[in-house]
Amino acid sequence: MKSFWRAFRRNRLAVVGGIITVCLALLALAAPVLAPWDPHRPDVKKILAAPSGTHLAGTDQIGRDVLSRMLFGARVSLAVGFVSVGISAFIGIALGSLAGYNGGLVDAVIMRVVDLVLVFPRLFLLLAVLAFLKPSIWMIMAVIGLTSWMGTARLVRAEFLSLKEREFVLWSQSIGASGFRVIWRHILPNAMAPLLVAMTLGIPAAILLESALSFLGLGVQPPHATWGNILNEGKEVIELAWWLSVYPGIAILLTVLSYNLLGEGIRDALDPRLRQSAGRVGGRVR
Amino acid sequence: MLVYALRRLLLAIPLLLGITFVSFLIIQLAPGDPTQMQFGDQNIEHSKIAWEQMNKEYGLDKPLHVQYWNWLSRLVRLDLSRSFAPHGRQVRTMIAERLPITLLLNIVEMLIILALAVPIGVLSATRQYSSFDKATTIFVFVGFATPDFWLALLLMILFSVQLGWLPISGLHSMNWEYLSFWQQQGDFLSHLILPITVASFGGLAGFSRYMRQSMLEVIRQDYIQSARAKGLAERVVVGKHALRNALLPIVTILGLSLPGLIGGSVIMESIFAIPGMGQLMVQAAFERDYPVLMGNLVVVSTITLLANLAADVAYGLVDPRIRVGRRRR
Repeated sequence: MKSFWRAFRRNRLAVVGGIITVCLALLALAAPVLAPWDPHRPDVKKILAAPSGTHLAGTDQIGRDVLSRMLFGARVSLAVGFVSVGISAFIGIALGSLAGYNGGLVDAVIMRVVDLVLVFPRLFLLLAVLAFLKPSIWMIMAVIGLTSWMGTARLVRAEFLSLKEREFVLWSQSIGASGFRVIWRHILPNAMAPLLVAMTLGIPAAILLESALSFLGLGVQPPHATWGNILNEGKEVIELAWWLSVYPGIAILLTVLSYNLLGEGIRDALDPRLRQSAGRVGGRVR
Repeated sequence: MLVYALRRLLLAIPLLLGITFVSFLIIQLAPGDPTQMQFGDQNIEHSKIAWEQMNKEYGLDKPLHVQYWNWLSRLVRLDLSRSFAPHGRQVRTMIAERLPITLLLNIVEMLIILALAVPIGVLSATRQYSSFDKATTIFVFVGFATPDFWLALLLMILFSVQLGWLPISGLHSMNWEYLSFWQQQGDFLSHLILPITVASFGGLAGFSRYMRQSMLEVIRQDYIQSARAKGLAERVVVGKHALRNALLPIVTILGLSLPGLIGGSVIMESIFAIPGMGQLMVQAAFERDYPVLMGNLVVVSTITLLANLAADVAYGLVDPRIRVGRRRR
């Protein structure tokens, strides 16, 4: 742990990324206190007001303050990121450890399912599902989580394949520990490092996906403010009000960038070996 | 080699069946009845009659497994049934109109990505920690974090609204019919510049990173040292000996990233109003036009599967170790 900190602190970019993620989380939590205006209150006298001292990021088509809406949007984005990564990690760990620990037929079936889900271009799959659902925030979290567990499953399986041959696992099996106990208490803790990295990098990917869906109009619905649907509204008035299209995008970029830097920093600090195996930067929408 | 290719082909068959099964199931499991949504807000008595008629017409009154079998047997004959939209056109013709555009965009995008990512990756690997390498690393991080739809908006503001250099959306200008043949081609190309630039941007970040990584691993190997020791020029060592092996993993990554590239067309096409598969999918999702959704999903994922298969076979062709050894993970 100590050596982890030392290695992590040396990576200046990762530290900056970490600080920004913490700041963003605080901003999102304190949004009701910090927001200068009510994010839902329209003001017909200030339709599409350009950024100024009273409205730092301008106002939208019905005169709502964009900065306040973005602060509340941060809550949605971060919540979607964390919850959907939680869901995908749960499924990925469950299926990956089942496949890796049991091997044989169970492994073959689970891995073919992984292959199958991976064949569907993600956004096409999500659109097909979302067409028939009432797109609430919870539904968006669920569908993003349910379509992004495959990487985690593969990762966990690969870790299990190598760990289950190790002596400490054989010992606990030989004294009659149940399969669940061996998986949960002995193997999984040793697979935590790459898993943690994958989860950190999964958050920005989920945030990008949510904003893309909201941008298309099939994600979180108005009047809830999210970065994606502010951009969606901004597209309609792109020739009149650039601020609606610029600021929310900067927020997404900054959030995703800092989580990616943090994730890569954790990976390198935990184990330089992982540079190759666990990893790549998360975060393409597709 | 033939055995290897055949084995890959055999493995793809259950996946193909799985694609049809998932596409069918997703839409059946969704709460709410696709036909009921069509008539939900009309007069109760009339809507009930219309709803029953529609269910009969589309065979939705039969049990699920019968519906699946009927759908599958029509699918084999490439009959994707008719759209729910008032025009009621064949889904097959709707897709046939749009598929070439999406394929064209994706192929051009892929070629551009490869043409740029390979030299960028090689250069930053051979000059590790140089300022060029650092600049590309920054580019990669920013590229990964930039939402492509936002980049599209920014470029639209800059080049279409402010500067007025490029058309804002669509594939043709309003005066398309009055242009000469060459002007038409120029007009078409100018409409493609922004979408293709944006779509290539994200992929470029990923691929140049992989290329750099792969090149770094190769140039540390012994045979590169011996090539240098033989007195070969650095250009030959890198360009010929190292590059060949460094390109191998890229073939696989190309296959793996195909669903992502194709999925990206959803966003590009709806922003730039390009009449392709992605835009069709978004429209169908809004209209809950489920024959179109199912047909689209099957076609797009089958194309991805075939492209993956091609990448696998290509990998076997370029790397003999794969054919002889056990299956890759």
